[in-house]
Order: sequence, then C-alpha cells, then structure tokens
Amino acid sequence: MTVPRTLFDKLWDAHAITTREDGETLLWVDRHFVHEGSHHAFRKLDARGMTVAEPALTFAVADHYVPTRGRPDIADPEIAGMVSLLSANAAKSGIQLFGLDHPAQGIVHVVGPELGLTLPGLLIVCGDSHTSTHGALGAFAFGIGASEVAHVLMTQTLWQRKPKRMRIIVDGGLGPHISAKDLALHVIGTIGVGGAQGHALEYAGPAISALSIEARLTLCNMSIEAGARCALVAPDETTFAFLRGRVYAPRDAMLDEAIAYWRTLASDADAAFDRDLRVDASAVAPTVTWGVSPEDALPVTAGTPQITTADPARAAAIADALHYMGLEPDTPLTEIDIDRVFIGSCTNGRLEDLRAAAAVLRGRKSRVPGLVSPGSSAVKRQAEAEGLDQVFKAAGLVWADSGCSMCVGMNGDRVGSGERCASTTNRNFRGRQGLGARTHLMSPAMVAAAAVTGRLTDVRTMDLLEN
Amino acid sequence: MERFTVLEAIACPLGLANVDTDQLIPARFMSRPRDQGYGSYLLHDLRYDAGGGPRRDFILNAPRYANARILVARRNFGTGSSREAAVYALWDYGIRCVVAPSFGDIFASNAVKNGLLPAIVDEDDVATLLRELATSTPVLRVDLDTQSVGIETRQFGFQVDPVRRLQLLNGWDDIDLTLRHTERIAIYRRDRIAAEPWIVPAPPHA
Repeated sequence: MTVPRTLFDKLWDAHAITTREDGETLLWVDRHFVHEGSHHAFRKLDARGMTVAEPALTFAVADHYVPTRGRPDIADPEIAGMVSLLSANAAKSGIQLFGLDHPAQGIVHVVGPELGLTLPGLLIVCGDSHTSTHGALGAFAFGIGASEVAHVLMTQTLWQRKPKRMRIIVDGGLGPHISAKDLALHVIGTIGVGGAQGHALEYAGPAISALSIEARLTLCNMSIEAGARCALVAPDETTFAFLRGRVYAPRDAMLDEAIAYWRTLASDADAAFDRDLRVDASAVAPTVTWGVSPEDALPVTAGTPQITTADPARAAAIADALHYMGLEPDTPLTEIDIDRVFIGSCTNGRLEDLRAAAAVLRGRKSRVPGLVSPGSSAVKRQAEAEGLDQVFKAAGLVWADSGCSMCVGMNGDRVGSGERCASTTNRNFRGRQGLGARTHLMSPAMVAAAAVTGRLTDVRTMDLLEN
Repeated sequence: MERFTVLEAIACPLGLANVDTDQLIPARFMSRPRDQGYGSYLLHDLRYDAGGGPRRDFILNAPRYANARILVARRNFGTGSSREAAVYALWDYGIRCVVAPSFGDIFASNAVKNGLLPAIVDEDDVATLLRELATSTPVLRVDLDTQSVGIETRQFGFQVDPVRRLQLLNGWDDIDLTLRHTERIAIYRRDRIAAEPWIVPAPPHA
C-alpha cells in the first residue's frame, strides 16, 4: 500500500534528483524565467566562466524596468542599460527573449501562463517573489534570489529543504462583486504575513474549483504575502481548457497524454497536511488595506483600528502605520479620500481584472488621476479589441503599455509623497509605490469604485445598472 | 564565501517588525552596479530625509551605533520581494548578522548564500536584547558554533537551519557541491524528459 500524498508531495517527489543526509534535496527545474533584475546572476555566471545549462528551458522577459509610455524610447540611461543588458545576456546564452518590442512582452507572471509556458506539474522558478502565481495551474513555483538564479542558470537545479504542507479549504462561494483579491486579502488579514511561512500552501474546496484561472492566479500570487513558500491549486477541467491552444503548450496526442498525467496531480483523499484551515467564502467582504503591511486588511465596511494598549509593541506598530498613512484611529474606511488610482501588476493586470474595473467605470468619470497598465501586451491588444481602453480613457485614466510600472514605482510611474493611491497591486509597503506613497490594496472593481467617488467605496453599493 | 564563526560587534536595536526588502533597499537603486557598494542604500528612506540629510531620529544614525555589524529586529525581517540586493545593502553597510524572531523565507536563503547569519531568537529574548542594547553597552557576541548570542549580562540561544549553519561555518558554495552530482543530474534529465516530454516547450507554430 502506498502512503497517501498531497499534491505538493507528488510534485516534490517528481523533481527530487537526490537528497543529502542533512535533508537538503537537489530539485530539477523545468522552467526558469529571468528578467532585467537578473543581471547580478548573469555576472556570477560570467565570473565562473560558465554557460547557461538549459537555454531551451529558460525564458527572458522584460518587465521590471520597462517604461509603460513613450516606447521604444527609454529616457533614463540607467534603465535603458538594464533592458539592453537583458537582451545581450539572452542573445549570448541562446535564451528566447520577450523584450520591449516583442508582441508577447508583459509581466512574467502574466506572460508565462498566457503562452502555455506554465503547465501543471512543472517546477518553475524566477528571481521574483511573486513566482508563486504559477501554482494556480498546478505548478510547483517559487521565487528565488540572485545566487539561486545563478545556480539554476549553471545547473538547472536547486537545493531545497522540503517545506511543510498547509491547506486552506474555501467553502461556499464568493458573493457578487467579491473577487479572488478580496479572498486573498481576507486570508492574509486572518493568518498574518507570516501565517504560511515555511509551508507549501494548497487551496481547495468548492469556492476554489469555481474560480477562473485568472482568479486562481491572483490568489496564488498574493500567497507570498502570507509568507508561503509556494501556492497550489490542483489542475482540473478549467485548467485544461485554459491551456488548450496556448502557443507553447503541448497539443494533439501529447496534450492528451499530458492531461491524463495532470489528472493524477491532486492530493490523495486521506493525505495529511501539517496545517489545515477552513474559510467561508460567503463571509468575505470587499477587503482593503489601511496600513503598511498586507495583513493590515479589513472589510471596507470597517474602520481603521483603535490603538489599544493590550500589546504595547502592536499598539506602537498600529500608531506608526496610521501615522505613515496619514490616518486617525477608528475612522470608517469609506471616509478615506484618495488622490490616485492604479490598475495593473502581476496580481491584477489580466483581462478579467480590466473587465471588472471597466464594468464599474463604464460611462463614469474618475474623480482622481490614474494609470491602467495591462499585465501583458497581449492583454492590452485584447482589451483594446473589446473597447476597454476607451472606457478607461473616457473616465479620464491613462492607458499605458505593460510592465511592473507603478507596483514598484518605476520610470516615473510613481505615487507622490503623501499621496494616497487605491491600487490593485500586492504590496502596501512604505515607499514601495514611491517615496512617502500611501497605498491601499484592493480588487480592480474596488479601485474603479474608488476612482468614481474619490474615496474608498464599497463596490456593492454602486448601482451598476444606473448608467 | 566568507566564513562565519564568532562575531563580537556593535549591535543596533532596530526594533521594527516586518522590515520588508523594499525598505531594506528601495527598487530605484537596484539598477546601479554593485561595484561602488550598496551600503549607502540600506534602509535609505528611513535613514535619510527628502533632502538627502540623515534623519537624526533614526536609530541607525545614532553615533552610539556607528559601525554596527549586527541588527536586532522584531518578527518577519526581510519579508517581501526576493531581491538579493537587500542582503547586498546590509553586507556592504557592514552588517554580518541579523537577530530576529522570524525571517522572510527567500531573504534568509539569500542571506546565507552571501555569508550573512539570520539568527532566530525568541520574541521575549529579542525584547530583552532591544532593551539592553538601548541602555547598556551596545555590543553583542554571536557564536555560531554554540548558537548563542551574548550581551554583557546574559546569554541567549538562537536557532538556525543546521544545513545553513554548516554552510556559514565552512563558507561553502552550493555550486561546487552541485557540480559533484553532474552525472546524476544528466540521468535524471533524460528520464524526466522521457516521462514528461512536454516539459521541453515546442517552439511556437508559425
């Protein structure tokens, strides 16, 4: 009799080359994505006089530093140098590049699934913490640092210690206008930013099965904000339908063979998890952050926290976060005025996200300036074919090209000091969107609602049929 | 890689929780080559005001903690972005050890690969260390062999992954170790591609 295994155990076992006595396992990497920020790793490679071990399994994407306006020109010579250095490293190593001028260019975590480079059962790494995103398709995917990027470039392998296994079962279904982003923020608000630390996190349950691939990508993307080593959703019919016909995905007989194998990639019924958690999807409200950590998340119907004295360290942290955010304790969230909106990023830059935001903005004006940067150039073209760009422009927002953009405050896509931004991104860290920037994380529909009213707003209270 | 054995040095009681890697080094500095060092970017936006002058109320700027080589912080140090530049900034500033109750996963891995020790100390002991360092001589002795952190008056134990401990003690480099498995990797590769041929993506159809 075989021991029941979780989905994660199966993926781990399938990639284990050898395990040392000390417990470290050498894992095989099926897919490695590099970006402009990977230059430190290429330097390490050069310093050792080594070459890329598996160029056919390595893909380069220009996303972190690319400008979202005025292409192909790059005004800042430092940034231009980063983008051309990636091109040079890719060319020298024989790596396929989705560069600034490539029709498939976009944010790596949007492009991978879109092109069918992300597949169930693969081990995927990238020098970016949001690599957890790809787990939405049943891939074992995680972010790594530059030393590890160099190690993978040289050997196509990585030493890892097996993390613990955690499962979150989401029962019920999400309510109207409630998205995967709300669910993700709700979970992080509940378990904290260290809540899944040291764990491979699998999402399961009826509410997860009902999610589209795009929504699952958002959920797995945000899991790193709970500290998870990786996030997973078992592949199902939704996954297979999504992959059919993708440019790099297997097709015909090989696809059938692959799907037959992918169907085995699910946790066995009696597999044991180190931690199990249940969440009721119907209890999830539109959720926004008020502070400087993704765990500072609350239903939009709530108010900023009070500064209690029970835990002095926590009280000081709350006071400090409120001070940075320019907020008073115990203020209804819906009374917080905003200065700017941003829609985009690897978290919420997909077509479904743009549609959700456009549905709220259609025929309405934004009271504040804002930027919409699609998650990929393909998303941009499709959105334009559907006329979504016209909706955003008519509302007064700027429609730009694809890149990491205002999520990391690149190329002047920045939130000014003291400015308050309603943002579809993943991190409300101090200064992330710009020096002194105040970020409130929320779903695309919630950002659109905030744009319309000029303040944090419960999208459920907006009559979508009114116009 | 530099070996880590014993370090007795000035320790700065930073005392903040959730010091994310965006704070350790803001993204705007990461397009610069490391040749000139990343030390001046460490915690840049907390250390300097809008005009570029040092903030006098920020603890790392206090003369008492000048030349600190150890930081003591609260939980979840190094959370967030996988940027190894966060470790470069700490290293180039002179920091060789961070003491905290917990660390961001990727940060801890990056730290060890550069010779920097992430020492996990209980929350209560961290609180004690923060108090002591603020009032008495701000010097800590970190002994990786015995896994202890000592101030003048007391010793505290710390945790570190046993494999990482050995790597730091010996200054081992992963790649040398991996290259010893080249043959095994080649066999695995052949078998893997035979079992799941779709892992090698076909070039797009014209």
